[in-house]
Amino acid sequence: MPPAVIVTDLVKQFGRFAALRGVSAEFAPGRLYAILGDNGAGKTTLLRALAGLTPPTRGSISMLGTTDLRSVCGQLGYMAHPSLLYDEMSGMENLGYFARLYGINNKGQNEKDQRCGDVIRAVKLDPSLTRPVGQYSQGMRQRMSLARALLNDPKILLLDEPFSNVDVRSAREMVSLLVGLRDAGKTIFVVTHQASLLEGAADEFVWMEFGKIVSRTADLRPPETRLETQ
Amino acid sequence: MSNAAGVTRATLDKDLRLEWRSKDAINSMLFFSLLVVVIFSFSFDPTAEESRRIAGGLVWVAFLFAAVVALNQTWARELRNQVLDAYRVSPAPPNSLFMAKVMGNFIFVTVLQALMTPLFIVFYNLRALGPAYQLPIVAALGTWALVVNGTFFAAMSLRTRSREIMLPLLLFPISIPALLAMVEATGAILTGEFSAKFWIVLLAAYDVVFTIASLFLFGFVLQAE
Repeated sequence: MPPAVIVTDLVKQFGRFAALRGVSAEFAPGRLYAILGDNGAGKTTLLRALAGLTPPTRGSISMLGTTDLRSVCGQLGYMAHPSLLYDEMSGMENLGYFARLYGINNKGQNEKDQRCGDVIRAVKLDPSLTRPVGQYSQGMRQRMSLARALLNDPKILLLDEPFSNVDVRSAREMVSLLVGLRDAGKTIFVVTHQASLLEGAADEFVWMEFGKIVSRTADLRPPETRLETQ
Repeated sequence: MSNAAGVTRATLDKDLRLEWRSKDAINSMLFFSLLVVVIFSFSFDPTAEESRRIAGGLVWVAFLFAAVVALNQTWARELRNQVLDAYRVSPAPPNSLFMAKVMGNFIFVTVLQALMTPLFIVFYNLRALGPAYQLPIVAALGTWALVVNGTFFAAMSLRTRSREIMLPLLLFPISIPALLAMVEATGAILTGEFSAKFWIVLLAAYDVVFTIASLFLFGFVLQAE
């Protein structure tokens, strides 16, 4: 099966600072990748580049067989560190709006409401909650943000710190949801500092350092540890 | 309904709903315009004849400054929680977002004008001696000129550090031809001394040119970092 994502010699400069320094990698479809590394390693920049939000200074990204990321953006789900939701609207109102951006309402209002309700229930929230998202707890906001990323039933999911500020039980529920999605054939990238949550769930741990991928491992041992034990 | 029109409508609905709940833009614009009306009416003591001559300038400068308040609010909402990124990763066309924002601002400024015009008439003892039916046309074209440029430049200054200052710096110089046309057309209608047709045509041409240019360039502005 052809790779879902191919990154070739990706460089991203912010002024004189290089956030990505020649990243090249291939990622197979239907796998869950945990992207790990210290702060400033380039994880979020890589994810934003894959989402088409940060145009690379050099290099290319091929996704689902095309380098025109705009043409496949309907098949991407992106969750950032901020919620990407309107604080003044309820969860259903937020998702209702985003559903219209993805043309989910084209088949009718009922189908749109059904889809929004389904993804809200999938992240263990109640679709009938009428209070604005701004009044949600941080954990609830994270889950609603994940629901928004799942709304268009994407083939590729890009998740930046989905477990931050989420309690352990909810985080584990999110991990099992992601495993289910992976098993359904979706390719998932998770940037996280809570790698232990993905132990046994992720297919590959991608380690980044100073804007480069330094190691790809099937288990959670960091690259240094592996060197010591070799 | 095509996807572009559907997205424009969805975004406009959303913006109107958010404004209805917060009333951030409309309240700020109202208070600002009210202050302008009251302060100027105390500063000058014009006769009805003088009022007709200066009202065009006064009204449009008040609406221009008030509109800047709404224009700054427009994109500030999209920056909170980086919601704009959610739009950017979606397949929705950039111009749908732009048109929805322009229409939203047009509605806000028109509501402001509807509320403030009676006050201007009372405070400045105004009465049109020319063809009064042309006033709504000038108001609509003038408001469109302000909001189409304002929405575009507000988006451009979105990622600058001091965007509240940047917007008037970019908007006011480029609005001078439109402002001149609005003031002259309004003055012509109020005094009845000359025809406003030339200025109305100029305003319409300005609207067409800047709407097309903004639609052409907005995609680049939206995708810029």
